Amino acid sequence: MLDVSGLKKVYEGSGRRVEAVRDLTFTVDAGELVCLVGPSGCGKTTLLKCVGGLLTPTAGEVLVGGRRVTGPPPDMAVVFQEYGRSLFPWMRVRENVELPLRQKKLSSGRRRELVADALASVGLTDAAGAYPWQLSGGMQQRVAIARALAYEPEVLLMDEPFAAVDAQTRADLEDLVRGLWRQRGITILFVTHDIDEAVYLGERVLILSSSPTVVQEQLKVDLPADRDQLHTRVAPRFAELRTHVYEQIQAAKRGTPVDRVVKDLRSDAPPTK
Amino acid sequence: MNGLERVMLRLFLVVALPAVLVVAWWFASDDSTDIYWPPLRTILSTFPDVWTGERLREDVLPSLLRLSAGYACAAVAGVALGTVIGSYRRVRAVCEPVLEFLRAVPPPVLVPVIMLFAGIGDTMKIAVIASGCVWPILLNTVEGVRAVDSVMSETARSYGVTGVARLRHLVLRSASPQIFAGLRQALSIGIILMVISEMFAASNGLGFTIVQFQRGFAIPDMWTGILLLGLLGFVLSVVFRLVERRALGWYHGLRDASRRSS
Repeated sequence: MLDVSGLKKVYEGSGRRVEAVRDLTFTVDAGELVCLVGPSGCGKTTLLKCVGGLLTPTAGEVLVGGRRVTGPPPDMAVVFQEYGRSLFPWMRVRENVELPLRQKKLSSGRRRELVADALASVGLTDAAGAYPWQLSGGMQQRVAIARALAYEPEVLLMDEPFAAVDAQTRADLEDLVRGLWRQRGITILFVTHDIDEAVYLGERVLILSSSPTVVQEQLKVDLPADRDQLHTRVAPRFAELRTHVYEQIQAAKRGTPVDRVVKDLRSDAPPTK
Repeated sequence: MNGLERVMLRLFLVVALPAVLVVAWWFASDDSTDIYWPPLRTILSTFPDVWTGERLREDVLPSLLRLSAGYACAAVAGVALGTVIGSYRRVRAVCEPVLEFLRAVPPPVLVPVIMLFAGIGDTMKIAVIASGCVWPILLNTVEGVRAVDSVMSETARSYGVTGVARLRHLVLRSASPQIFAGLRQALSIGIILMVISEMFAASNGLGFTIVQFQRGFAIPDMWTGILLLGLLGFVLSVVFRLVERRALGWYHGLRDASRRSS
């Protein structure tokens, strides 16, 4: 569904040349939930913007459903980290969710249906008439998720969507995203700096190196599909996986060659389920 | 304190100072024999005689119509040009020095110039009002359009909200608090220019009438004209505030919400 090959992004400006992303290659299959995790400042957001068609890569290409991305693809939705700046404060919740659908030239009946359905699936039916700034941070991010769902995307990009909400809200939202993913079969690329979140949510975790960024490791998360905050997070397997990802990220920060750190957990030799 | 008391207190605070000033004027001028400073009593008793229905129709209404026309032209031109200038960095670089110069020219000096090509009719007066009102609207729109949030802008792009829809739902809405600030400044400039343009060459209007009274030594009548102008400005600004409250309800709510949380 999503193919990224040889992606490279170099920022040039005021005599400085910054290579944010060096050479990234990975794929996300249709209906897969993949988490991207990496040390802070490793170009995660740059990568996501290239995938979302908001930035033009210096080299390499991104394919969505086999089509090359040159601008924001119509079958892709994005949930940004800064929910407060991503929802329009002059529109009510309902209008915020509906606006992208109007651009899709859907009939008003169909729009109403999609908006109601999306708001119901994030549990915000009652908040349809409120303004975003009347809601808590977690609810605002739910609105942003509803807007993405109503858009009926094939691929959903999420850029550290829960980095700015408190821990309890965050756990709820994680379960919401996993639930929606299993229900609707959307392909999700979820960027985070939180290792636990990446392991808890993902079917696969892509670990990025420090800038200039390459994919340091791809790790299959062999936890059961039914996950919950209480049991999954204390499962021994969860601890092993998160420790491994943690070590890899520490190694990435130090710039240690990958091979010396990697032990028995390489993704090409996943332990049996 | 209950709701009624709170309303009464607010009303009292609003009315107190004007009342004190009127009373002070009343007593200070009461035994005045100076022909240029007639007692307030005289001015107020003259008021209904001067501002009859006919005069309101013949002088006040034309003034207001010209003000509205000039103000509307300035609003449309200011917002349109401001949006273009604010949206493109290149255009801004080219226009900015010129704008700063034009803005610095006091609008009343344009009256003789505009008279040369627009004559002395309504067109001239509307042009004068528009040419003075346009600057605060234009410059504030430029600033507002420039300040559109980058995340909102990317959100709009990734959801295919582009072109006219982007302008309507994102750019103009996001710039609207700034645009309204410009419109408010322009309103007071507009009233000033309405009067000034009528003092130069006119056969009716508020400014014209006040000058006529002054030349005819009808001093209390002249004072009633000034009072009426003050009242007019007050009413217009109240109306403006009501419109703004409605249009920018979201903005005030957002500001209060972020103030409470911080």
